[in-house]
Amino acid sequence: MRVRVIAPGPLTTVQDLGRWGHQAWGIPVSGAMDTWSHRVANHLVGNLPEAATLEVTLAGPKLEFSEDATIAVVGARFWLEIDGRTVPSGCTFSLSAGGRLSFGPRTAGARAYLAVAGGFELPMVFGSRSTDLASRFGGLDGRSLRAEDCLDVGDPHGGARPGKKLRPPFPLPRGGAVLRVLVRDDGGGRPELLFGPRFRLGPTSNRMGYRLSGPSVSPGRPASGLSAATPVGTIQVPPSGEPILLMADRQTTGGYRAPATVISADVGVAAQLAPGDWVEFKPCSYSSAHVALASREDALRLQAGGMA
Amino acid sequence: MSATERQTDSRSSGRSGWRVRWCGDAALVVECDADLDPRVNARAVEIARQVRLARVEGVRDVVPTHSAVTVYLDPVAGDAEVLSRRLLSWAESSAPAAEAQREITVGVRYGGPGGPDLEAVAAFAGCSIDEVVRRHAAGHYRVFMLGFLPGFAYMGVVDSRIAMPRRATPRLAVPARSVGIAGRQTGIYPSAAPGGWQLIGTADIAPFTLQAEPACIFRAGDLVRFEPRVVES
Repeated sequence: MRVRVIAPGPLTTVQDLGRWGHQAWGIPVSGAMDTWSHRVANHLVGNLPEAATLEVTLAGPKLEFSEDATIAVVGARFWLEIDGRTVPSGCTFSLSAGGRLSFGPRTAGARAYLAVAGGFELPMVFGSRSTDLASRFGGLDGRSLRAEDCLDVGDPHGGARPGKKLRPPFPLPRGGAVLRVLVRDDGGGRPELLFGPRFRLGPTSNRMGYRLSGPSVSPGRPASGLSAATPVGTIQVPPSGEPILLMADRQTTGGYRAPATVISADVGVAAQLAPGDWVEFKPCSYSSAHVALASREDALRLQAGGMA
Repeated sequence: MSATERQTDSRSSGRSGWRVRWCGDAALVVECDADLDPRVNARAVEIARQVRLARVEGVRDVVPTHSAVTVYLDPVAGDAEVLSRRLLSWAESSAPAAEAQREITVGVRYGGPGGPDLEAVAAFAGCSIDEVVRRHAAGHYRVFMLGFLPGFAYMGVVDSRIAMPRRATPRLAVPARSVGIAGRQTGIYPSAAPGGWQLIGTADIAPFTLQAEPACIFRAGDLVRFEPRVVES
């Protein structure tokens, strides 16, 4: 089966759970920004969690399916038009051969994940099908979709859940979100300056990171100039005092002060923020971070009935 | 570096020299206070190798940097306490690194269009351009780590006289294969990218080739030497 791109949308990329195991060579992780929604979408169509989906950013594409297909759209909420019917996203749909899917207005969140039963079949690059826009590899030639691209779809495993609805275990942010962070205990910068003020996602925010405008955050004593590893959710403070929240396409290492890191349970929330949205940071303990993550995993598993 | 020297160095870094901390809730860092110290870095590279060999459950990635190793852990599947203890024991081990150091020679065409900052480095050093080239090419550089771009190796330690800091304003586009200096580190841009390093020449190798096996020429722990190549007219 093939999916033909009639209109690509502003930024639609192939993503999976990321390119792990190669950061020691400077190769970024990439992958879905909101891995929860990506996993839920795959689950709904009977795919393994690591199957490739399309990450739709802010506005969606228009696609044509060459054969009967089962699809799911999860994450940011859109009105979808499927063969002339208008339906809300968030569950599975069936399309017949030649059927068309187009994304209409977005009502919440920033990124939606389109899974097709069978998953998008693209060559693995360093063990992943994720598109790394900065390195220009992975996905479809390392770039976002264009009109007239054709994507191959693998054979479905079966186990699709038609009509079933399943939501990521967190509410979609509307206009902004409070993100919980862990303060770095290595004296990097002045984390207290991050707590209290409301920041806004700058217009150049992208898959690499969000530039946060607001009160200037002094980086404290200058960084050593040596680089350290940069997990997703790292809040970097360059000398300009404008914090950057590092996201999926971040570089593997960075030399700026990094006073805090957004907890894993809230990275998916951050992924649903759009430029112009606000963000506030709130300190959190390691045990609460782990409890928050475990409870989200449990919530998802319960809903899904044994979801991987 | 001989095995005996390595043994001495890990003792001198001391039992309390290395510590483990969280970095977010999905990564543990074992680190020690050090600047550009080849011996400390050799220990970091060895810890990273041990973590990979041990195939610890829940470990997603292992990233050695100058004086630290970051281990990405699936916070749901991994056992951080057990990993933390093992990281410390690898850090405190006095066993020499088991992996032999590879030696890589890179030809460099110093100056010309690929080395727009060579004159500035000479002015910084208060010496001639030839002397900058001689000093840069005389070094035996250790690859401390890779990062920033796929295949980008941070090498050191650069002769202090020519160790010019990064440019105040980074260039928007540095061509691939440019050889640069940033303080006491030197490196080769694997692909065109924005960058603030002082560019002194062009390398005759591509540090990263997607289709090649392996894709990256360098790995942490390698020994690199630069050889001046004559500019063809």
